[in-house]
Amino acid sequence: MMREYQNIFTQIQVKGPSDTVPIEEGIYPRFDKKMVIHLLGRIGSAQIGQVYLGWFGITSGLCFLIAFEIIGLNMWASVNWDPIEFVRQLPWLALEPPPPSNGLKFPPMNAGGWWLMAGFFLTASLILWWFRTYRRARALGMGTDVAWAFLAAIWLYLVLGFFRPIAMGTWGEAVPFGLFPHLDWTAAFSLRYGNLFYNPFHALSIVFLYGSTLLFAMHGATVLALGHLGGEREIGQITDPGTAAERSALFWRWCMGFNATFESIHRWAWWFAVLCSVTGGIGILLTGTVVDNWYLWAVKHGFAIEYPTVYPVLPDPSLTEVTQ
Amino acid sequence: MALLSFEKKYRVRGGTLIGGDLFDFWVGPFYVGFFGVTTIFFTVLGTALIIWDGSMGPTWNPWILNIEPPPLKYGLGFAPLEEGGIWQLVTICATGAFTSWALRQAEIARKLGMGYHISIAYGTAVFAYVTLVIFRPLLLGAWGHGFPYGVFPHLDWVSNVGYQYLHFHYNPAHMIAVSFFFTTTFALALHGGLILSTVNPMAGEPVRCAEHEDNFFRDFIGYSIGAVGIHRLGLFLALSAGVWSAICIIISGPLWTRGWPEWWVWWLELPIWS
Repeated sequence: MMREYQNIFTQIQVKGPSDTVPIEEGIYPRFDKKMVIHLLGRIGSAQIGQVYLGWFGITSGLCFLIAFEIIGLNMWASVNWDPIEFVRQLPWLALEPPPPSNGLKFPPMNAGGWWLMAGFFLTASLILWWFRTYRRARALGMGTDVAWAFLAAIWLYLVLGFFRPIAMGTWGEAVPFGLFPHLDWTAAFSLRYGNLFYNPFHALSIVFLYGSTLLFAMHGATVLALGHLGGEREIGQITDPGTAAERSALFWRWCMGFNATFESIHRWAWWFAVLCSVTGGIGILLTGTVVDNWYLWAVKHGFAIEYPTVYPVLPDPSLTEVTQ
Repeated sequence: MALLSFEKKYRVRGGTLIGGDLFDFWVGPFYVGFFGVTTIFFTVLGTALIIWDGSMGPTWNPWILNIEPPPLKYGLGFAPLEEGGIWQLVTICATGAFTSWALRQAEIARKLGMGYHISIAYGTAVFAYVTLVIFRPLLLGAWGHGFPYGVFPHLDWVSNVGYQYLHFHYNPAHMIAVSFFFTTTFALALHGGLILSTVNPMAGEPVRCAEHEDNFFRDFIGYSIGAVGIHRLGLFLALSAGVWSAICIIISGPLWTRGWPEWWVWWLELPIWS
């Protein structure tokens, strides 16, 4: 079977007239400069720009920059402003939340205050960016599905750094900023609460994470395998199905007895991706607030086996602390 | 199972990879083919073996039912059936079934005049599985290094193997793999959301087109990768997640036996710092 049209990269790049859709512009207009990069066009679209410079975008970017600077400067300060040590130790450096004893008070600046500030500005940046996501879609008369998916990610972020610390009564429960430090937090969190693998919502979240990856592989591969029949023209295949839509449906029907359609595959995609962070957030929020040890919880509910006691039983240090 | 309205014109003989037209027929919605027969063979045999192993164990609880690999003392030899031999047979059946499935996808793609992207993509997942239960045990010298087949038991294995290397998050290939998983899911949300918002516009508005997809993403972040591009990117991200997962486990043991946090010492000792 000879196929002229291959899908590893685009061989012929067509340069046509601009396809800019006009919108109602605010005080900050669209930045209408366009740039064409041939190499980008080998994989996807060659065009960079336009970009809309709105109030929400600018303030979101500003808040992100402030958070980024607070984190970076605190890390730099932690190595006595030594520029070489800053780069050398960067993956290990952290901006830590206040100690657990601080509770939910505003802590001294050098003992978690900067952490709270960075978190505030990062949260502000994300929420402002959410409004941008919503408004850019509305300006083009489109649905707002992207914005609501983004909200699911914000939910997980807020559970980790805001809702759960409040439920636990201290900012000290939150995640530190830093590359290795946030991984240390994750490992310590799992160990402290009896192995997060026994948290059913964590399990669901991973199912949706792997499921999303599986779905994108299936969907991406299906569309590319129909490239010679215009499979990537998804809106066309939804509103007026052609042979690409028919073959994609039949492929999966013949393979596994069931098929999505060109529209419904995107609903599967959206829900799998959204449920990944929704279930993940639920799992984190329940940890330490409702369930103290997921392993013991799993034994109680019959999905983990009880191991024989081979080491002497030691008092739980987290329980003895209370009496001091 | 009724045929789809347009299905009849596609249900034609020919285009098989092997077996001529011997198995070139459909059962309900399913295409059979030579590899459909081998898939059924391995699946039925493997499932029966799992049930047999379960019948010898203490429980039928599906969450903790566990088909364990042999103890390390059997090395790369065959183990007695009740001591991991069944795990070895199940592994052979699983590998056979997964490979048959990938070839079946190739055959269906060929019959429908499509590219082979799907079977290559699925082959990447099979490769990651085979890395875990065949390549890594081979390199470490014992089938006992494979993971047990069970819902929560395989999570115990992940946990235990992770802590053998002190803190698995510090494995650089694991970092890359996790980043690819998160990025794939993120990109899938964006792509799914974009298509849904294009065909389900504001109330009373006509369905939007590809121009609107591009214009939304350009207004939003200054770049739209385009309709072909997003599917190339998505497939690349998803397959990279699988490939780097395989890499992160194959280097754990065969290449690096100490704690993964310790691996990063090379960075602290680079000559450029002094």
